[in-house]
Amino acid sequence: MPSTINLQPSTALAGAKRWLLAGIVLAVVVSLFSAQFNRYYLGIAIDCGISIILAVSLNLINGHTGQFSLGHAGFMAVGGYSAAKLTLVCSPMVPDSLKPLLFLVALVLGGCVAAVIGLGVGVPSLRLKGDYLAIVTLGFGEIIRVVVQNMESVGAASGLKGIPKYTTLGWTFALAAVTIYVIASLVNSTYGRGFIAVNDDEVAASSMGINPVRYKVTAFVIGAFFAGVAGGLYAHHKQFLSPTGFDFLKSIDIVVMVILGGMGRTVGVIIAAILLTLLPEVLRQFADYRMIIYALLIIGLMMLRPQGLFTMGQKKKGAAAV
Amino acid sequence: MKNNLLSSQADVQRVAESKDGICALDQAIKRGLLLSLVIGGGILGLSGCGPGGGGDTILVGEFASLTGKEATFGISSHEGTLLAIEELNAAGGVLGKKLELKTEDDQSKAGEPANVVNKLISKDGVVAILGEVASSRSLEAAPICQQNGIPMISPASTNPKVTETGDFIFRVCFIDPFQGTVMANFATNTLKAKKVAVFTDVKSDYSKGLAKFFKEGFTKTGGQIVSELDFNGGDKDFKAQLTAIKSAAPDAVFVPGYYTDVALICIQAKQLGLDVPLIGGDGWESDTLVKIGGGAVEGHYFSTHYSSDAGSPKVTAFVAAYKKRYNGKLPDAMAALGYDSAMFLADAIKRAGSTEGAKMRDALAATKEFDAVTGKIAINGQRDAVKSAVILQVKGGAFKFVETVAP
Amino acid sequence: MEWFSQQLINGLALGSIYALIALGYSMVYGVLRFINFAHSDVLMLGAYAAFFIAPAIEKIIPLPSLTGALLVTLLSALICAGIGILIEFLAYRPLRSRPKLTVLITAIGVSLFIEFTCQHKAVFGADTKPFPQLLPATDFHLAGLVVSSNDLVVVLVTALLLAGLWFIVHKTKNGMAMRAVSFNQQAAALMGVNINRIIAFTFGLGSALAAVAGILYALKAPGIEPLMGVQPGIRAFIAAVLGGIGNLPGATLGGLLLGLLETFAGGISGLSSYRDGIAFAILILILLFKPAGLLGKATVEKV
Repeated sequence: MPSTINLQPSTALAGAKRWLLAGIVLAVVVSLFSAQFNRYYLGIAIDCGISIILAVSLNLINGHTGQFSLGHAGFMAVGGYSAAKLTLVCSPMVPDSLKPLLFLVALVLGGCVAAVIGLGVGVPSLRLKGDYLAIVTLGFGEIIRVVVQNMESVGAASGLKGIPKYTTLGWTFALAAVTIYVIASLVNSTYGRGFIAVNDDEVAASSMGINPVRYKVTAFVIGAFFAGVAGGLYAHHKQFLSPTGFDFLKSIDIVVMVILGGMGRTVGVIIAAILLTLLPEVLRQFADYRMIIYALLIIGLMMLRPQGLFTMGQKKKGAAAV
Repeated sequence: MKNNLLSSQADVQRVAESKDGICALDQAIKRGLLLSLVIGGGILGLSGCGPGGGGDTILVGEFASLTGKEATFGISSHEGTLLAIEELNAAGGVLGKKLELKTEDDQSKAGEPANVVNKLISKDGVVAILGEVASSRSLEAAPICQQNGIPMISPASTNPKVTETGDFIFRVCFIDPFQGTVMANFATNTLKAKKVAVFTDVKSDYSKGLAKFFKEGFTKTGGQIVSELDFNGGDKDFKAQLTAIKSAAPDAVFVPGYYTDVALICIQAKQLGLDVPLIGGDGWESDTLVKIGGGAVEGHYFSTHYSSDAGSPKVTAFVAAYKKRYNGKLPDAMAALGYDSAMFLADAIKRAGSTEGAKMRDALAATKEFDAVTGKIAINGQRDAVKSAVILQVKGGAFKFVETVAP
Repeated sequence: MEWFSQQLINGLALGSIYALIALGYSMVYGVLRFINFAHSDVLMLGAYAAFFIAPAIEKIIPLPSLTGALLVTLLSALICAGIGILIEFLAYRPLRSRPKLTVLITAIGVSLFIEFTCQHKAVFGADTKPFPQLLPATDFHLAGLVVSSNDLVVVLVTALLLAGLWFIVHKTKNGMAMRAVSFNQQAAALMGVNINRIIAFTFGLGSALAAVAGILYALKAPGIEPLMGVQPGIRAFIAAVLGGIGNLPGATLGGLLLGLLETFAGGISGLSSYRDGIAFAILILILLFKPAGLLGKATVEKV
């Protein structure tokens, strides 16, 4: 399935896309043997993939477009719950052979519902900037959590259980690749340069005929869509959803990935997402000291590589990194 | 004021240094992807690690909230569990082997239990899982234990849904419907209450479950629920809701919550002059309730698993051992249940004569009478513990036994 | 009517605490233009400082008493001011010229570090500890209404500290320097303002405020644990933004408003379960009409 993605290398990014294609192929090949892998490592690998989708999609909003959003976990929750509810209702009626199709429909549905919510959040962003926008998006995320916590149809506080296990390594990395591809292509298209223009200088951008309103809302809608897809993957990976998992600390985790990776630099963000997902697991052997070390590492990394962890060169103004 | 978040200086610098943007970029991408492949390969490569334990030890996994919002309960249950394992080993272990407890912290965070339990089972190779206090985290771990055929015993998750996951999931505590009904009957029969207000923690499935079954039970006995309000676990200000409850003039208030919140609720209720009995469930039980609440918790009632002044030798021995092990700290209900969950597992391993998942499961399921600190346990068809509850009253800074309610 | 008046009292008492915490957020933001995430953890440290100092003080001055409480609070505030200055020196100063987002993430890191270090069993441990009664507490009953003395103290202290802060910022030399740094750091430096000293002073002052707020919060709800600052911290952050971040009267107004909103929402059956969300929903509505907060000045971008 991922191999059917239409890859049209443009000159500057041809190398990157070859690497991307190689990554997808590898993920799919690896997933064929996933039954042989230790479930713990497999689970973490899937977590990494989900983190990549979340971080790359938030990067479109926070990094490329320069809107500071703290509500990504809310979009993830909406997508996760919508997708899980659909599969819970439909899976007894669907024959096994059509289950992957059901899963795909559920993921897309989750993404679309999240995108609608993203539209709702994107509209206030037209009037707000910086910290004010941050607090409003944080507020939206919390409102979503509170509403879910009171919805008996999705289990309210006790959570939604019994979600079928559809998420595999192949699904996750294929969708991560699609996310990266779509967002990178978008930002690097003629249309997409508008995102960066809005980030760099809104006034200048609008005087050049770029409509900042449209770009900001587009960024929120697309970012939310992929966060919703990630939520769907998460739901069918953990097989259980509870509202407390989507509080603002989850949003903060994703923001840290984006900033650590380097705002607007997709490769850095991907690596930061993987690193920050692996780190707490690797640190488990330190038991009591695990999260203390984790916090110190974040501080240390910000001191040593404040421009983002994996930005080898400087970002060229006007050209988005893949 | 264009952009608060980025200093313009850094921007200028960035432009100045960006001559070879694309070239460096391409390199960065290659190096980045290479690195990610190495990392990815690393994880998958490590998957060869075999299960630990084996030989002359039996490895038992435990997951608990040792940090985070609900750490105070997780630590209690962990301390109880650890004490049980140490006692078992001092007495020669089980099946001639020592028990080894492998504990992982889930930070009271959703999403963590799945990783932690996967690690305990797939990487460390534990034979059974003990945990969690919070039902929502037990629910997350249960399908993993079920799929791996590893028995899981929850010490204190009272939500009925937990054991519905499958035949490998057990618990040593009673469930919400039982406890809710017990308190409803107590309110009607002993307190002679006609009108009761219910004050629920919406964030906690435990609290919501108890409230639901209390309301059903209480209206069935002819009582009336005059006011229903909610709080969020971890709140510090309850006066808004308590003022509303006071204006409904109830005969008693049912507060199914944890002691950290309940102590504050009692204090603020007293400040507002709400002088009716407050009643609750096993989440109340901890000497911290009295330490924080002081005089404000006096005279209130709650149901729980056991009473430390009931005089049973088993309870006395447990309390003494716990105090000795943890510098004079008094065990709370979570500690007692944690202790019981480990003892219950050890008993099942002995009866099964093996640490094979299915055999342990059968032994656990066949339990007719297990003598635990928190009372005699029988396991029913839903793999829930059937046991009696006791009702205690706070009097003179201690918990005084009021009555026992049989299942 | 009685219900309404009582809720008004409850709301003002809660709002005053939020306001007090928001003052610290707002002041640091006003000078440095970044959200000090660790502020809520300094609040927690303030409560713990008082928790450990109180037994020592009790040997000299019996507690609960006014002088004893003042002494405990003063010492805790001093300790926290030291901690605040230390945090600034170690974690934020090296990043002064970096993008603000870098500092923000560092602040999150510092916050996590304090929280997890304090939860470690060798430090404070994660369990809830009973906070000692520092002040003699009584409840005043007035025509069916109840006002607790602790709530009065909170309102009084908040008012006093707001006035004191206003005085410092507007009438002292340090305050003038703070405003200069806030207005333009480079220009202030050229005018002979010692930037490092002023920023350290701001952090010390903000952290001392956090300590006072932490102790008052612990008096109101006498169970303290290492994560106790998180929830009021977010509320205060909202309050500061609501009032117009960087604006001290705005922070107070935002705090009071949020306290009242939460209280009235919390007192209504059926709405109380949405209490957390309602505060945010109204905040969003207000910001839609006043995008720079209630008292914040809207800035027009000049080309």
